Amino acid sequence: MLPMSVPLLDYVALSSVIFFIGVAGVLIRRNPLIVLMSIELMFNAANLLFMAFSRAWAHNAGHIFAFLVITVAAAEAAIGLAIVVTVFRTARHVDVDDVALMKG
Amino acid sequence: MLAFGILAVILLASAIWTVSAKKPVYSVVALLLHFAALAATYLMLNAEFLAVIQLIVYSGAILILFLFVIALLSSGVAPFSVGPNKMPKLAIPAVVLVLVALGAVTVGVAHLVVPVATSTGGSPVGPAGTADVFGSVGDFGKALFTTYLLPFEITALVLMVAVIGVILLAGDRSPYVPSQKQAREVRREMREAIVRGGDR
Repeated sequence: MLPMSVPLLDYVALSSVIFFIGVAGVLIRRNPLIVLMSIELMFNAANLLFMAFSRAWAHNAGHIFAFLVITVAAAEAAIGLAIVVTVFRTARHVDVDDVALMKG
Repeated sequence: MLAFGILAVILLASAIWTVSAKKPVYSVVALLLHFAALAATYLMLNAEFLAVIQLIVYSGAILILFLFVIALLSSGVAPFSVGPNKMPKLAIPAVVLVLVALGAVTVGVAHLVVPVATSTGGSPVGPAGTADVFGSVGDFGKALFTTYLLPFEITALVLMVAVIGVILLAGDRSPYVPSQKQAREVRREMREAIVRGGDR
């Protein structure tokens, strides 16, 4: 462990709270765009944790992981927005509760 | 420590603003603030390359994509639900569960017996901007293209699958070739225009 000016636990707590705010956004909001943005918040909370632990061990595996997470997040945002546009084309109205065609 | 406190306040406030904003445009603005503060936090953690990537990829590409979709969808009538946000029935137990899980993680990390890195082979930590120390662009690039080459290649595959999926989902059915009917229509109109005397 390398000495850090800010304790590792502070980063863990901050990241947990941001992740939780993202979870709350996904659960509560009905606007699919804001749901997607909440998912981005969760991705970034995980990334912050990767960075903090990477710094604590002075090993850059965490940086590589964060890089891959950013890639996957970009792909996810593109696909999610494409789905939103497709739903809007057919229904002229977007609400996550109304898109329940594949509900069992 | 002071810088961390200021950044933490900005991060939390902008995250709450993102989730609670009425209009998605304000959410995007709040998320932009969040990502900028996050990039500054990455700099504090000696992750120079990832801080730049955060600004370029997230703020520059993903958020602009969000803005384009908002602009596209809001051009006509209001496309989004304006009613109150209904909380699903499972939300409250889920919130409790997530809180308990996060608390457990935080306490667990606090009591974690952290094994001291003996043979991780990490680079020494130096001031930001120095070449080949931990977190510098050279250090990151060397790791990405030697040790972690296969994940990097798989990244390319993931992005390609995403591009193909987006084209299949949102693209036009026949993007380049006009249908036979359309082509016939255009030819007929041109012929009529010529008969009329070229005064289109």
